[in-house]
Amino acid sequence: MNPMVDMAFLLVSFFMLATTFKAAEPITISRPSSQSEIKVPERDVMTLTIGTAGEVFFSIDGKVAKKRLLQLIGQRYEINFSEEEQEQFALLSSFGIPLQELKSFLNTSVEDRKKIKQNGIPVELKQNELADWVIHARMANPKLRIVINGDKDAAYPQVQKVINTLLKNKIHRFNLITEIEMES
Amino acid sequence: MEEQQLPEKKKRDARSQKQSINVDMNPMVDLAFLLLTFFMLATTFSQPQAMELVMPVQPDADEEEQQQAVKESKALSLVLTEKDKVYWYQGVTKPEVYETICTGDNLKEVLLEKQATIDGLVVLIKPDSTSRYENLIDLLDEINTTGIQRYAITELTPEDQTILTNFKNK
Repeated sequence: MNPMVDMAFLLVSFFMLATTFKAAEPITISRPSSQSEIKVPERDVMTLTIGTAGEVFFSIDGKVAKKRLLQLIGQRYEINFSEEEQEQFALLSSFGIPLQELKSFLNTSVEDRKKIKQNGIPVELKQNELADWVIHARMANPKLRIVINGDKDAAYPQVQKVINTLLKNKIHRFNLITEIEMES
Repeated sequence: MEEQQLPEKKKRDARSQKQSINVDMNPMVDLAFLLLTFFMLATTFSQPQAMELVMPVQPDADEEEQQQAVKESKALSLVLTEKDKVYWYQGVTKPEVYETICTGDNLKEVLLEKQATIDGLVVLIKPDSTSRYENLIDLLDEINTTGIQRYAITELTPEDQTILTNFKNK
């Protein structure tokens, strides 16, 4: 039995080292495919997710940057986020709720959050909160690279709104996440 | 003191050597395989690919005139619409409109042909409001693989609208 046990432990250690844990996403995205061979950067990324119904989700990586972002956003909208709320926000992966609801969302338990339907961050011309998130995230972490993670069935107008928001903030270079194309 | 301890230790060593050690390894193996399955399922190997997109700088209102217009003969417009359909035409004054489907190699053929015949080709991608994100990605992918240098994602102009309605009414 010893060789088998050896092998099992070898594999365990291999997978332990090779694993990077996937953060829980509020929605599942089926990505379009492409033949591009550029890898998505692993660190310092801001991900804008666009769901099938056009809801926009926002996430950045790095706990420190997230806390800083929440403070900056709080100053901008004159909402005071407590230490506990900042801690909760730093643990959040990706979210798609308007700012007014954010405070109560952070105060609900992790289990109950799954029941809350997230309709996306407003990107309409009149009320473009995404623009503020983008601006302040870049203030919190200037090295951020922007990645758009769109569902392949997302309608184009919503994608256009997101791209226009970025363009207005002088962001002209960004990455579009795709899945590798299977040769048929 | 030391003299007393030494023989005792020797005695114990001798006894334990005689007894055959039999450790039950099954729980450990169970655990090992449990961890193995957990990590195997939790691992994501396929790292998603990224496509870089560089958008042109938006001109300010007063700089509008500095924008360079694209020569009509070199402009290939591709209008993405519903159900993966693509209308494509060259120039804007009374162009011949063609219709194709943006899956498979249809688009690639069009792009390769135009790339070979037109020097300094500029591809204008005009997704309309009924198109899907996947159409845009497919087209960008084809442009990247065919190596077309100059392309832009723009909005449908009123001229484009009339061209399309004329074509559909035919």
